[in-house]
Amino acid sequence: MAGTFEKPEVVQEDLDILLIGGGMACCGAAYEVMRWAEAVKAETGTELKIKMVDKAAVDRSGAVAQGLSAINTYIGPDLDPADYARMVSNDLMGITRDDLTYDLGRVVDDSVHLFEEWGLPIWKTDADGVRHDGAEAQKEGLPSLKDGGKPVRSGKWQIMINGESYKWIVAEAAKKALGLDRIQERVFIVKLVNDKNDPSRIAGAVGFSVRENRIYIYKAKSVLLAAGGCVNLFRPRSVGEGSGRAWYPVWNAGSTYAMAAEAGAELTMMENRFVPARFKDGYGPVGAWFLLFKAKAINAYGEDYMVKNKEMLNDYPPYGQAAVPASCLRNHLMLKEMKDGHGPIYMDTVTALAKLRETLTPKEVKHLEAEAWEDFLDMCIGQCGIWVGENIEPEKKMSELMPTEPYLLGSHSGCCGIWVSGPTDLGAPTSEEYDGIPAHLPKGWSWGYRSMTTVKGLFTAGDGVGASGHKFSSGSHAEGRLASKAMVKYALDNKDWKVELDTSAEQLAEEIYKPVRTFLEHKDYTTAIDVNPHYITPKMLQMRLQKIMDEYVAGCSTYYNTNDKMLAVAEEKLELLKEDAGKMRAKDLHELLRAWENYHRILTAEAHMKHIQFREESRYPGFYYRTDKNFVDEKNWHCFVNSVYDKTSHKWTCFKRKHVDLVDKSKLFKAAAPH
Amino acid sequence: MPTFVRTEKCDGCKGQDKTACMYICPHNLMKLDKDGSETGHAMKAFNQEPEQCWECYSCVKICPQGAIECRHYADIVPLGGSVQPLRGSDSIMWTIKFRNGTLKRFKFPIRTTAEGSIDPFGGKPMPKMADLASPAVFTKDVMGGYRTGNPAELIRRS
Ligand SMILES: Cc1cc2nc3c(=O)[nH]c(=O)nc-3n(C[C@H](O)[C@H](O)[C@H](O)COP(=O)(O)OP(=O)(O)OC[C@H]3O[C@@H](n4cnc5c(N)ncnc54)[C@H](O)[C@@H]3O)c2cc1C
Ligand code: SF4
Ligand code: SF4
Repeated sequence: MAGTFEKPEVVQEDLDILLIGGGMACCGAAYEVMRWAEAVKAETGTELKIKMVDKAAVDRSGAVAQGLSAINTYIGPDLDPADYARMVSNDLMGITRDDLTYDLGRVVDDSVHLFEEWGLPIWKTDADGVRHDGAEAQKEGLPSLKDGGKPVRSGKWQIMINGESYKWIVAEAAKKALGLDRIQERVFIVKLVNDKNDPSRIAGAVGFSVRENRIYIYKAKSVLLAAGGCVNLFRPRSVGEGSGRAWYPVWNAGSTYAMAAEAGAELTMMENRFVPARFKDGYGPVGAWFLLFKAKAINAYGEDYMVKNKEMLNDYPPYGQAAVPASCLRNHLMLKEMKDGHGPIYMDTVTALAKLRETLTPKEVKHLEAEAWEDFLDMCIGQCGIWVGENIEPEKKMSELMPTEPYLLGSHSGCCGIWVSGPTDLGAPTSEEYDGIPAHLPKGWSWGYRSMTTVKGLFTAGDGVGASGHKFSSGSHAEGRLASKAMVKYALDNKDWKVELDTSAEQLAEEIYKPVRTFLEHKDYTTAIDVNPHYITPKMLQMRLQKIMDEYVAGCSTYYNTNDKMLAVAEEKLELLKEDAGKMRAKDLHELLRAWENYHRILTAEAHMKHIQFREESRYPGFYYRTDKNFVDEKNWHCFVNSVYDKTSHKWTCFKRKHVDLVDKSKLFKAAAPH
Repeated sequence: MPTFVRTEKCDGCKGQDKTACMYICPHNLMKLDKDGSETGHAMKAFNQEPEQCWECYSCVKICPQGAIECRHYADIVPLGGSVQPLRGSDSIMWTIKFRNGTLKRFKFPIRTTAEGSIDPFGGKPMPKMADLASPAVFTKDVMGGYRTGNPAELIRRS
């Protein structure tokens, strides 16, 4: 309750390996790390000290809380990791790390096969081409994927599942592997701490319990930071009760990017964002509608704008010429219709379902209807809420589509994140070509440990890894596994290093509880608890951030347009906001959680803004436009934009790193690539 | 679609120190009003920040009393519909009521193994420390999911 704070108890723990987050990536890490830890114990007798910390409950935390209806990355026996690397590259306009995507393509199916063994129902096609849901397939005796079973593909890389309990199942395996003593839930990590004797090294992390007055200080040799992407840094399209209905999980607040940046880790491609085109307001998934039910998106006058506007794709060679144009370009064609006043845009569910009825039996049609609803019920129940409220039955009434507010993420169809060390066996570059890369940073794409950031001992996975993307749930899990295995090696290689925090426990505790003290000190100055010149509520801070980002950094309200002048205004406003973040109040532990989440959002937003400013082109038309540089400039900007943040001076440094293809991309394009 | 708690159904999880809805909400929204000072209903739970609700239904599915439902976002959705699950051990039943009264029911499988039955390392190899530097994961040889890749595709590998 407001104002009843005791002095927080400080709990300290010494670890070899700390996992921050309990999502897909950390659950993968938990599984893999424990087996290697067992091996270490068996061979040397040493017991590695390991802990996983999540701000929520692992059973339902992260992006997979409500479940999923598909696994979006499954390679299968017929495709090659190189095909996967090519697809990812094209969807992200050519600038991704082939070493990371290819490596993921090699291992991701291993995790999918484990999920099925653990109990995740995976749809199968039988010998007659009839599809069965995951439970039926098992009853019918259809083989598992591992034994050659045929999944139902809803796209080249996606397979359908009955995924309501996806997270629950993956969490059960992770929790069993770790044991409950190694899991701490409901602790929000606020910041990482560097080593006192080597500032380029990680020494641990600090956070607080959202349930009791307690601060946790973890000293750790190595840390896996996988706390998801960033949501609600832009003003959402719905600003009342509906502001929680974000497409990506509203609770992932950019902790991954902000904490990594403050610890000195190099970020990459923070200019990238994802603006999914989804069912309007509910943000329900469209993939199955396009791919499984073969529905078309049309403008208000019935025109298929992907056909009507297809010439516009020629403005963006070679990416516009791929068999499947990049996601941003598909948005680009939709936005043209909206700006020309030809909205609303619709998903033509009526025609699609009618067509399917022509060839299907009534029983199959009933099945199909259930499949359409399950697609929402398994991962976006809110969309069903809108359909029932508006009496939308998809066979009778079409549904509106709309591009959402922007999201920052590295595991779905986006590639912002942290720059990590990749595998050494794929021909990745070992040197750099551009000047301007700060001298303390490594050269080339590999510096020893897979998935390690440029801070020694700090690793990341899932939404944290930048310049890759399209790993989704399965890939995030697999990436967590690759990272944690490398962490074991790192911990062993550094077993004699004595970790020392660069800040005292008292000072850390003081910093974390500052919003509480601010509140207690000033709350009686005014009669109304929320309006006070000495502090700002986390909620108002968030709204101010969202307003700045929306209006100046290419949010919905400007149709995703910005320019150098608008960015300069944003820069100034964000700096003031960052200063005011020091005056946040917290009237209870719940508000303390919101305060620090919003602090993480501000830093993430600032990185996004600085990167867009630095990259003098519009690399992702349809996701954002710099109207002063409204073109893709392959000659000067076919490169990574990376940055580092100095937590003392609060300044960002942006620079270029050379992009190199490790697999041949020309195979993707209809015409030969012109560059 | 923020959640709401039906006053007469919620029993505060029988006064346990951790209620099911508080335990599960990924966004820390569900709260037990111990003394009734916040809602006028002592020992009952409520959603403390409805405009932050993702309508993920985690709390709805877990409540042992079936006390939690959703009222679709008032700033977007007309009143009168409802989407309510009943989650069992191997399947979930959805009852979907449209504003115009149309009713639909669906049942989907949720898992093919018994809850709590996962044996994570059963039948899995014990790796050797010497393999820590090798690529891939420890189950590579038994799960049939590792793809070596066609080396000819790697244009820079010498
Ligand atoms: C609507 C939607 C649909 C999707 N559809 C699909 C699909 O069909 N198929 C597919 O394969 N993938 C899909 N995905 C993508 C998939 O869910 C993500 O790629 C994946 O979950 C990312 O894993 P992660 O571990 O990086 O992040 P998450 O799984 O989001 O985990 C982040 C974790 O960090 C914790 N955390 C955050 N901040 C802190 C902090 N400061 N301190 C402590 N803990 C913290 C969170 O509680 C959470 O446990 C979808 C996602 C969404 C939201
Ligand atoms: S889980 Fe249900 S019964 Fe328990 S406190 Fe929450 S609403 Fe009440
Ligand atoms: S629906 Fe999800 S976000 Fe909303 S209160 Fe329940 S658990 Fe929390």
